[in-house]
Amino acid sequence: MADYTPSEMMIVSAARALAGVRTVFVGVGQPNIACNLARRTVAPDLELIYESGVYGARPARMPLSIGDPTLVSGATSVCSLGDLFGLYLQGGRMDVALLAGAQIDRFGNLNTTVIGEYARPRVRLPGSGGACEIAINARRIFIMMPLSRRAFVERLDFCTSPGHLTGRGERAALGMPGLGPQRVITDKGLFSFDETGEMVLESLHPGVTLAEVQGAVGWAVKVAPDLQETAPPDAEELRILREELDPKGVYRR
Amino acid sequence: MKLLSMHDAIAALVHDGDTVAIEGFTACIGFAAGHEIIRQGRRDLTLCRMTPDLLYDQMVAAGCARKLVFSYLGNPGVGSLHCIRRALEKGIPAPLELEEYSHYGMVGRYTAGAYHLPFFPLRSYVGSDMPAVNPRIRMVESPYGDGPIAVVPPLNPDVAIIHAQRADRSGNTQLWGLLGVQKEAAFAAQHVIVVVEEIVDESVIRADPNRTLIPGLIVDAVVHEPYGAHPSYVQGYYDRDNAFYLRWDEISRDEAATRAWLEEWVYGLPDRAAYVAKMGPDLVERLRPGEAWADRVNYGEYR
Repeated sequence: MADYTPSEMMIVSAARALAGVRTVFVGVGQPNIACNLARRTVAPDLELIYESGVYGARPARMPLSIGDPTLVSGATSVCSLGDLFGLYLQGGRMDVALLAGAQIDRFGNLNTTVIGEYARPRVRLPGSGGACEIAINARRIFIMMPLSRRAFVERLDFCTSPGHLTGRGERAALGMPGLGPQRVITDKGLFSFDETGEMVLESLHPGVTLAEVQGAVGWAVKVAPDLQETAPPDAEELRILREELDPKGVYRR
Repeated sequence: MKLLSMHDAIAALVHDGDTVAIEGFTACIGFAAGHEIIRQGRRDLTLCRMTPDLLYDQMVAAGCARKLVFSYLGNPGVGSLHCIRRALEKGIPAPLELEEYSHYGMVGRYTAGAYHLPFFPLRSYVGSDMPAVNPRIRMVESPYGDGPIAVVPPLNPDVAIIHAQRADRSGNTQLWGLLGVQKEAAFAAQHVIVVVEEIVDESVIRADPNRTLIPGLIVDAVVHEPYGAHPSYVQGYYDRDNAFYLRWDEISRDEAATRAWLEEWVYGLPDRAAYVAKMGPDLVERLRPGEAWADRVNYGEYR
């Protein structure tokens, strides 16, 4: 039995993926912890950008929302939302954005709008927020969400935020500035995107089988020929995570 | 003349059928104003807000709204807005029309409204299903040969309600912390109500003009309403009541519990002062932040 949780493996994997990155767009919860872990390990120059208009936040407590006042006090800059989306995002200053969704398809397109029909939704989800323009403009998109058959679907009910649409090259043809989804970081394994723009399993987390991953994905998963095993969290990563970033264990379960 | 009670400001400036924008991104959400609109029984409002938040959830539950114009329909950091979902999924208490954008789309709409432009171009929506369900999001060809670009139409609310830290009696309003889209929403609106934690002397405003987001020029009414943004927060004045945001998740799941809450905290109280008294001194104390002052800046004296 591993001495860490699947969530901890996911957070640590996301932090490692941010090695050398300068600016990351981030929400609350697990992505937030991943970014703070990255800043203490592989990306000391990493600056966190929040949708609420905060650049270079230094939160003194764990924020419940992206608009928490602890993100403002001590930040490098706080700007209007016009400046946030116009200057930082559209101006090309966001290297990586961490996104998630209720549904994702094999091309990394994301749904955060509705389950069911738009006009008669079975479940009404929050909608885009800034995700639609972030998916289009941020240089690279990393998607971070636990693997499940309900979320990893053959066909989205609604495409809120475009990934590679129906294949590589389509984004560029439509004039989208960003490169689109580059990685999908889950609690069971890590995916990249191949030359066709489709998700490919690159690495299984320790103790996870290929059958388990396939069982949690609604399409036939492409597997890299040199499928790896993810290095487990090391003692320092776990120490920072458990003692400094999430001492109550809210996001590590 | 501009300094009014909340009751009188809402009675004078918010009418049935109006398009109303109560802005403030997580911070400075005008709950006191929204509750007064509920108390005065306004109906058929088109409610505009990037993040409808608990306030519009409550206003929809109270039957004030005909339509929502928005970009993120969630309880931030918690989950769903259950009253709005009940209206959309079950038509309770009444069906609700949606006009849905992304965040930058909403910013663009207010900006075009404030600048008197016919539309606002933005690099968004391409490849998304959002334009398919909102025909007001369009694609146009750049006249300079750079290909297609998404555009959104101007949004000019009948009234914008802006909560802030302080203003003088003429409505010159200073705001710090998260700036959201308040300036654009105020300049886009036909009428503006500012609601502030403190009324200060004009000299306080003039000593720090860079911090003045909204000039009295565009303000119709100033309301002095301490704790008027609770359970959201005002930077430097009080913290976000995250416990209430979590509790609302439970209350709002149940229609009867929601009605009981509205009865107890809105209909059953005459005004915000009574609400603050009902909050109690312990809660008020618990939400008081520590201090973190900025250095003073020297604007210089030029004679």
